[in-house]
Amino acid sequence: MSAALLIDLILWGSVAAVGFIAFQRGPKVLKASLREGSMDFINIVPRIALGVIGSGYIAAVIPQQIITGWLGPNSGWFGVLAAVVAGAATPGGPVVGFSIGAVALKAGGGPPQVLAYVIAWALFAFQRLLLWEIPFMPARFVWFRAAVSIPFPFLAAAIAMAIGKP
Amino acid sequence: MQASDAAEGEPRPGRIRKPVGWSMITIGVLVAVSATLVWRRDGIGGVLDILTHDVTLFGGILPRVLAGCLLGAFIAEILPHEKVSRSLGPNSGLKGLLIGAAFGAILPGGPFTAYPVASALLTVGADFGATIAMVVSWTLIGYGRAVAWELPIMGTDFTLWRIAISLPLPVLAGALGRFVYVRMYPKDAVE
Repeated sequence: MSAALLIDLILWGSVAAVGFIAFQRGPKVLKASLREGSMDFINIVPRIALGVIGSGYIAAVIPQQIITGWLGPNSGWFGVLAAVVAGAATPGGPVVGFSIGAVALKAGGGPPQVLAYVIAWALFAFQRLLLWEIPFMPARFVWFRAAVSIPFPFLAAAIAMAIGKP
Repeated sequence: MQASDAAEGEPRPGRIRKPVGWSMITIGVLVAVSATLVWRRDGIGGVLDILTHDVTLFGGILPRVLAGCLLGAFIAEILPHEKVSRSLGPNSGLKGLLIGAAFGAILPGGPFTAYPVASALLTVGADFGATIAMVVSWTLIGYGRAVAWELPIMGTDFTLWRIAISLPLPVLAGALGRFVYVRMYPKDAVE
């Protein structure tokens, strides 16, 4: 709870700091930024409402056993590929990917495969791309960024296999 | 310096926003199907349980979303275009990617901060490469999600190794992004 409070303090502190700089540039700049920021907010709230309130249902029906079964210790590069696909298909949000990863580790999943799963989920969970990235950023950038990110879960798994960690 | 600052003082024209896109429709359909499946499996109680939990979560997130939007808007207004282009633009080299990655790693908050700020950076002259380094670094190295969620759920050992292995990835992703970008959009790169 205190960590969340600290993050909120840093966040609003940063807003106040840049807001003050904008204020020093003149009331016109301050007003324009406030208007832009509020319009972004109003525009984004319905999408976030749908995503946050809806992702609980998506998480509830996702077949966790199937995903964890894909990440077995002897699954090799096929397992890594399956992990990357599963990571992309897992709903966004802060918890779901880690929970499934933890279950997979406990159920005897291979660490490089679980690593690839967690990193793929962090980099390009499809639902997060649609829900969080597209509303905030230019669509061309979002798809470009996701496409460029595809090799990196594989690279991470290769590093993990080479060094024998985690 | 003075001249560029004065030019930056002019407010930027507002962006055009699409009210409802296909991405929202896709998510809406997914949510409706999933909610129906939950209702058939767990009954109305199961549906309401998830709804209560998620509405609470949503209420907690809302003020942060506002903070993120304001942060992005202020940054887009006050950052000097020329300086950003120089340190994070297409010709900023490895240094630009490193600055982007470092910025992503220290940025406070969640997606509600990272994405508006990334969008603001693109607006004021950062290129795709440096912005990719920033977003990937925020995702993989940023402390927010790791401390709040990953450490307790995945354990210290896994989390620390995961972060150590991820350290080179933001700069590599940014470099790959730049490499592909100048070949995909040769016209944009000539500035």
